[in-house]
Amino acid sequence: MNETQSDGDFTHIVRMEGVQKFFGAVHALRNINLAIGRNEIVGLIGDNGAGKSTLIKVLTGVMPPSAGRIFVRDRPIDLSRHSVGMAHAMSIETVYQDRSLGEKQPLWRNFFVGRQITDRLGFIRVKEQKRIAEEILLNTIGFRGVGIGVDSTVKQLSGGERQGIAIGRAMHFNSDLIILDEPTVALAVKEVRKVLEFVRRIKESGRACIYIEHNLAHVHEVADRLLVIDRGEIVADIDPREMSVAALTEYLIDLQQHR
Amino acid sequence: MPETSFRSGLFARIEGLPIIVVFALILGLFMYTAPEVFLAPQIYTTLLSTAPPLILLGVGLTFIIGAGEIDLSFPSVIAFSGYVFAVLFKEYQLGWIAVLGSLASGLLVGVVNGLLIARVGIPSFIATLGTQFFWSGMATVLSGGRSYALRGAEDSSVWQLLVGNFGDPNAIAWQDQVSIQALWTALIVVLLWFILNRHRFGEHILFIGDSNDVARVVGINVEREKIRLFTLMGGLAAIAAMMLTLENKNFFGNQGQGYLLTAIAAVLIGGTSIFGGRATIVGTVFGCFIIWILEAGLVASGLTGAWVRTVQGLIFLIAIVFYLLVEEPGRRVELMRRLGLRREAGRSFAAGRTAGPPRRAGPRQS
Repeated sequence: MNETQSDGDFTHIVRMEGVQKFFGAVHALRNINLAIGRNEIVGLIGDNGAGKSTLIKVLTGVMPPSAGRIFVRDRPIDLSRHSVGMAHAMSIETVYQDRSLGEKQPLWRNFFVGRQITDRLGFIRVKEQKRIAEEILLNTIGFRGVGIGVDSTVKQLSGGERQGIAIGRAMHFNSDLIILDEPTVALAVKEVRKVLEFVRRIKESGRACIYIEHNLAHVHEVADRLLVIDRGEIVADIDPREMSVAALTEYLIDLQQHR
Repeated sequence: MPETSFRSGLFARIEGLPIIVVFALILGLFMYTAPEVFLAPQIYTTLLSTAPPLILLGVGLTFIIGAGEIDLSFPSVIAFSGYVFAVLFKEYQLGWIAVLGSLASGLLVGVVNGLLIARVGIPSFIATLGTQFFWSGMATVLSGGRSYALRGAEDSSVWQLLVGNFGDPNAIAWQDQVSIQALWTALIVVLLWFILNRHRFGEHILFIGDSNDVARVVGINVEREKIRLFTLMGGLAAIAAMMLTLENKNFFGNQGQGYLLTAIAAVLIGGTSIFGGRATIVGTVFGCFIIWILEAGLVASGLTGAWVRTVQGLIFLIAIVFYLLVEEPGRRVELMRRLGLRREAGRSFAAGRTAGPPRRAGPRQS
């Protein structure tokens, strides 16, 4: 849908320059500078409350930064008008741990909410939406014979299936940058494998991904680059091929003790 | 897929079916206890002329409660917009302009509610409790506590088009007593059904009711939709106020007071979730019928009027508990545990409810 935009010539899908965020007296983000390449999987790691979620919310228009500039496809964006809808329009999609789907709503509504297919008066074309939802369910996500249909509610799904739905939605809307917020938390081993497999598919399909994760082994396995965030600051940029999971763990523990 | 959804059962397929069955049972009971009233057509033409205000309020509240909010201020809109209508219609003889003025006053109350809740961030319970006092006080101050009798209103086109009868107004046969407000109400209800179930706005309302956080994440402008939501409620309350004032041919300051409990009860009896996220217009309409028919039926069955509120309150509570247990399996198990019926299972299930995604909740039905 945004082919013209996404085909353009650019080096970074997203770049932040000097981004700050205050919540009253709390300095949640300190002078954040980062750049995400167009086909790069970047792991974002850090302790609870380090500022990972805030960083993502600022990037995706859920809340505005207090200062700084954000570039999407190398072009500066107007932060006063930045919103989730704008991020969607620029093909940036976030899959939140447990805030991406409406629990009591059927899957077909969850796929399209926020960008419904409607007539001119705003009435939803239910049949068309259900048909496409069915396709996503079967082809993009591969839910076959598991007793889940487009009329099932999110409540009926397991944790891994929920991630699948949210991720499938992002794929369908041709996002160039997919942000995953701790997608493997509390998932069974088998479901974790599925999610990691999906992250690889993001890479293969030529998209970029920011992958926030607590479990270092998971993120180490799939990321091209790891950013460590601590107390609102990016403190390290690590190549996972040059540092083992064990060394990384030690580094992070060390970091906590020296601050 | 038709095959899969077919198996999910009749109850899931027809909106509000449980409550329709309950209504039919209550109606059947009254036909048995007071056949002279409930087997004659007049009670139903009376229903059509007096239930519309309750239904309009109930349908508006279905959106509000479906969005996980509450509005306590609509009884004051019945007073305030009723006053605006009465004074413009009677004192200034403005006819249809009085209708527009009254509607505008209701929308104004709604916008103010919406701004207080969405922009200022006051919980809707508190905000509308405050505006309830403010606007009903305003109505009393402006009217000086007087009531306005609208004698001769039935000659106006406003009266005839809004609350007139389909038949000859002087005839007494029941066919001639079918009121036109029933038609307007039905049209509004159908339109709002489509808005809730088929329009972008209705979908946004349900997602907001499910979770404000999720709604923001998927790109819904939660603040704007909440302002629209309360404005809609204000407008519907104003229409209810006009119908009530015209039907009674009288305005009095506390004419909205009886509706606070009954309208909220009708919505919740109908099956709209008190937690938001799920709302049913059909359920609400039958909830209104139940509330209304209890009033008529209990009196006709020989109980004193004092029983009406008691029984309405009881049915209301039974319905809440019923839906709560159906909707929240965790709470059901918890209750069983407290009653000493299922000691061991309770805790783990209740804990699972708060933990979020990892659990596999509820049976797969389809």
